[in-house]
Amino acid sequence: MNILRTRYATDWSSMKNAAVTTSKGLRKAPTGIRGLDEITGGGLPHGRPTLVCGGTGCGKTLLAMEFLVHGATEYGEPGVFMAFEETAEELTANVSSFGFDLKAMIEGKLLLIDHVQIERYAFAETGEYDLEGLFLRLGDAIDRIKAKRVVLDTIETLFARMTNQAVVREALHRLFRWLKNKGVTVIMTGERGEGSLTRNGLEEYVSDCVISLDHRVLDQSTTRRLRVVKYRGAMHGTNEYPFLIDKNGISIWPVTSVQLKDWTSKERIPTGIERLDAMLGGAGYFRGSSILLSGMAGTGKTSVGTTFADATCRRGERCQFFSFEESPSQIVRNMSSIGLDLQQWVKKGRLRFQTVRPFYFGLEMHLARTIRLVTEFDPQVVIVDQMSGLETTGTPLELKAAMMRLIDFLKMKGITAMYTDLNTDGNALALTDTAISSLVDTWLILRDLEFNGERNRCLHILKSRGMAHSNQVREFTMSERGIELKDVYIGPNGMVTGSARVAQEARERALQVSRNEEIELRQLDLKHKHDLLEGRIAALHAEFSAEESIIERIIQHDRQHEQTLGLDETRMGRSRKQDAVKTGHNLIGKNGHKTA
Amino acid sequence: MVTKRREIVKKRSPRGKPPEPAAEHWNLCLYVAGPNPKAVAAFRNLHRICEEHLAGRYHINVIDLMKNPQIARDDQIIAVPAVVRKRPLPIRQIIGDLSDTRRVLAGLDIVPSIKKGM
Repeated sequence: MNILRTRYATDWSSMKNAAVTTSKGLRKAPTGIRGLDEITGGGLPHGRPTLVCGGTGCGKTLLAMEFLVHGATEYGEPGVFMAFEETAEELTANVSSFGFDLKAMIEGKLLLIDHVQIERYAFAETGEYDLEGLFLRLGDAIDRIKAKRVVLDTIETLFARMTNQAVVREALHRLFRWLKNKGVTVIMTGERGEGSLTRNGLEEYVSDCVISLDHRVLDQSTTRRLRVVKYRGAMHGTNEYPFLIDKNGISIWPVTSVQLKDWTSKERIPTGIERLDAMLGGAGYFRGSSILLSGMAGTGKTSVGTTFADATCRRGERCQFFSFEESPSQIVRNMSSIGLDLQQWVKKGRLRFQTVRPFYFGLEMHLARTIRLVTEFDPQVVIVDQMSGLETTGTPLELKAAMMRLIDFLKMKGITAMYTDLNTDGNALALTDTAISSLVDTWLILRDLEFNGERNRCLHILKSRGMAHSNQVREFTMSERGIELKDVYIGPNGMVTGSARVAQEARERALQVSRNEEIELRQLDLKHKHDLLEGRIAALHAEFSAEESIIERIIQHDRQHEQTLGLDETRMGRSRKQDAVKTGHNLIGKNGHKTA
Repeated sequence: MVTKRREIVKKRSPRGKPPEPAAEHWNLCLYVAGPNPKAVAAFRNLHRICEEHLAGRYHINVIDLMKNPQIARDDQIIAVPAVVRKRPLPIRQIIGDLSDTRRVLAGLDIVPSIKKGM
């Protein structure tokens, strides 16, 4: 009882200490594993034990080993790997394929591997014992390289080898308390049990952080998944995150870790099709936006995609083209028919093709490869043609999750991404589309219109966030001059495209010609009338001036006559001796007489 | 306690006689973690059993892992007290305070001495 009491007393004191550090903010020990540090908000709880549990072959040992390797090489925290199952040689060989040189690390005192070989003690237990030897061993190993990290892989072996379970449990309790006091960050691994996280209930010793790994087969493809079951005192992602083991070790792309922290740009980049730029508010796509291009087979999705790629390379930027359908040479050849010389961009290193059959890898591997290639090449534009090819590699939900992660990843990097999507049922809004439609910024629909005995391509913008865009359907033609968009005619029978449009254009042209002629005639007529009018006016003028001169001459004549009359009167008056006053009166009287 | 531990470590080949060349010589290592009651009990028990069944042809080497913890790693010891039979081969290991004599004899593969009558 006394011993128990003291133990609980120490427990309480250590918990108080822990509480103090928590109030200051939990310290984290970064794992250096891509994605895991994002989910856990910076890493595992520093100075505390973490349980990593899961079934056979789900990557527990690798995760633990990466924790030590990254810790030693990147964060200056040497580590002790206590292996209960594999020898140091086996471990070294197993992880060498991931590029981890454990031998060099051991020589450099960054890592110490202690292989614990436990005999079957079942018949060799001769009385009371404890696991002090384990403590001394681990303590010595930690002190020897001043380790800050410890992995116990997997300590459960003790339960299998020792008959006296009480001793093991007591030892584990002591061990974790002791490790906490030493301030080392611990990962212990545990095999998954029936109905519990671990076979022997290891989770009861670890109260801080529990990570569960899983390896599931669904539709003949396997996906590894990781989940943070528990993380005391810290926010963490709670979902199951698919992860991947490839040549660089473990990588996890959390679905929800992105938190829409991507940057946005007001810069526009041309689409490579002049009319489409005009339709998109006159300037093209936003840089860093995601564009979905959906349409049925043969509607020109790849052509629009490669035109965009060509425009990108023409600006001197880099473009990564993922194709699940055609080989690079096939794309280059086919696109030369619409006047695109893509080979020149490949040669200049601006355009990179990545073609692989969808069923060649699982969805996770595709995503991982995509992300790795994008990280390596660092392009400004990424084109995925076509993502519906990936449908075969996973369930719709998985595909949606994967696409979300890809879209988010590219957005975060500020890469403009174009995804083409095939609709097979003729319905423009297929399932895969609607699944990611909320994630894309610009959605172009390519359609086939069957009318008048022919098929014609049409394009319209379903949505384009943040810009005034055209709501019109445009006819879409491809020739050696490239892609051209033309207005469609709206007639009584709906839209008119193709040869019907050409006929309509001819009709309009003819109509225009006749209309022009009529106008010309009318103008001529008008001119003629004007001239006529001018002529008449001139004639009237002439007539008038002739009459005027005659009248003026008559008036003059009359005036002269009058003057002569007046002179005669004066002369007569002078002869009759009339006075001056009467002369005026006589003059008026003479005039009045004259007009009458 | 310290003196006692020294005493334990010193106590080898209790009779100080050289082993009989004809009989097989037993080389036993007792691993302890400091002079705790279990260690003392283990030494007493081992000594008693050896005296009874291997008189004159055994050698007990007591190793204190507190002093030399790396030996635990080299000799694959985790549980203490532990006895490792180094000679004769093959190497055998038993753990515990050796209070169960029957298990000690079985674990170390000691043929009980007839005159003592186990």
